[in-house]
Amino acid sequence: MLQRILTVAHQEFRIGLRNRWILLSVIILSAFSLALALLGSAPAGTLDVSRMTITVASLASLSVYLVPLIALLLAFDAVAGEIERGTLLLIFSSPITRSEFLIGKAVGHTCVLLLALTLGYGSTALMLTFTGGGDTSGFIDFARLIATSTVLGFAFLSLGYVVSSLVRQVTTAAAMAIGIWLVLIVLYDLALLGALVADSEGFFASSVFPFALLANPADAFRLFNLSALDANAMVGGMAGVAESLPFSPIAALVSIFVFAGVAMSGAILLLKRVSP
Amino acid sequence: MNTTVLRVENVRKTFDGRDAVKDLSFELGSAERVALLGHNGAGKTTFFKMSLGFLTPTEGRIEVLGAQPGSDKARASTAFLPESVAFQRTLTGVEVLKYYARLKGEDAKKAVGLLERVGLAEAGRRRIGTYSKGMRQRLGLAQALIGTPKLVLLDEPTSGLDPISRQNFYDLVTEISANGATVLLSSHALTEMEARTDRILIMSQGRLVANDTLENLRTAARLPIRLKVKSKDEPAEQLADRLGGTPVNCRSVEIMCAHEDKIARIAAVTSLGSMIDDIDVHLPTLDDVYKHFSEKAHHEDRTGGA
Repeated sequence: MLQRILTVAHQEFRIGLRNRWILLSVIILSAFSLALALLGSAPAGTLDVSRMTITVASLASLSVYLVPLIALLLAFDAVAGEIERGTLLLIFSSPITRSEFLIGKAVGHTCVLLLALTLGYGSTALMLTFTGGGDTSGFIDFARLIATSTVLGFAFLSLGYVVSSLVRQVTTAAAMAIGIWLVLIVLYDLALLGALVADSEGFFASSVFPFALLANPADAFRLFNLSALDANAMVGGMAGVAESLPFSPIAALVSIFVFAGVAMSGAILLLKRVSP
Repeated sequence: MNTTVLRVENVRKTFDGRDAVKDLSFELGSAERVALLGHNGAGKTTFFKMSLGFLTPTEGRIEVLGAQPGSDKARASTAFLPESVAFQRTLTGVEVLKYYARLKGEDAKKAVGLLERVGLAEAGRRRIGTYSKGMRQRLGLAQALIGTPKLVLLDEPTSGLDPISRQNFYDLVTEISANGATVLLSSHALTEMEARTDRILIMSQGRLVANDTLENLRTAARLPIRLKVKSKDEPAEQLADRLGGTPVNCRSVEIMCAHEDKIARIAAVTSLGSMIDDIDVHLPTLDDVYKHFSEKAHHEDRTGGA
């Protein structure tokens, strides 16, 4: 069982290297994060905050946009693409089970993400170290960012597998993946913001809003990372929210795992019904 | 020798109330080479998917070596090559073959040796994106040969291949069955299979309309033999008067005759001696035989339904 999972994972990782997905992700992540680090280091001089920490705060916001996008783009092809190429018929006529296959894909894609994030954000951490901005707590912040980004990526990979098992055409799966990104990453926050403005003191703000943040892995990720940084007050944005939350920030991290687990189980159930 | 590798009993498969396959029953013994013929949409692919456990028959049942299709035992002894398979273009032949060997729990290094058997030893290290269609198909066949499958199912393995590649492909099929595997391959062209299969199954409209050796099918079809006689100087009309038959152009006459009358007719032609320039004997081709059986079934279907 393990051998078959690792076989699929290894192949996915190899494909990720071969078709330059990893290279592209590393370039995008490091380009954006270097730009943010260089631009974002300006205010650090006036505030008594480590340059690394403040960079991690901006990178957390970057992750919210880029990581789900990369994950969805990696995942949408997983089942629909194999159906369209006819390879799923071959794979499932061998003794591998449906869950082994999908778990193998998830392991492979998560490794792709982890490598891309480590190289992409790692390059920024190194740059900061060489320019004199490095410190131990900053490195811990970076490690936490990379680890939680990978978890966030896994949640969106699972969502991508759901989409990929739901439709038989790759193009439809791709369109749905982009749609999910748009809804969960862009529109969801806009809707919350609108509701908050309309009802800033009432029931929504106090009772619905915090849980609405938990329900979306992207918001939960941002919540966890910003509250984990000591620099809450200086980072601004949503960070102030963290203190007034009715739950501990750890709940946000747990929520991402729960979301990923549910999506992954859903994808496996859907895949069991797929006729290749 | 006489163990049943694949048993199909009264199988019927319905999609949205339409029968894709119905009343399908046959058995395959070990090391048989069997061709499954049928026009597009005759139910061949549906049948393959049922034998692999991807689709469940609406009625009837299929057994692979006594086991249910899709069960671990059935999957461990069945190999399959789908009609159109596009391997990852960025991977090499060796990488793809090792991947499938590991999924099947077989020795990956040994599987690479199969590349030599299908003539891809040298191309194995190249990316699949650089392969020709024939090479990709042979890679697919190599994949189907990993381990020692008892039943090899090939869905239209030769479609889109050039004649030389087809010949090579059939040589491999012969080799596989010589090693003890039962091969069931589907196609919609019959001509290429002459003397390459032990038995032929013909499906039409989801039904099995013929199941016999090629020789027997040819005899059973009782298709006329066509003699084409070319005269030296005489106009075709005169020749047609003497021999019977129809003139086809100003010099030639076409005579249709039953198998039993062939010798008598040829004797009649040769008795004309110097008037005759040339004679061609056309036996019914496999395509004619195939057409005969599938049209017959179609016709019966319609009259039966009316």
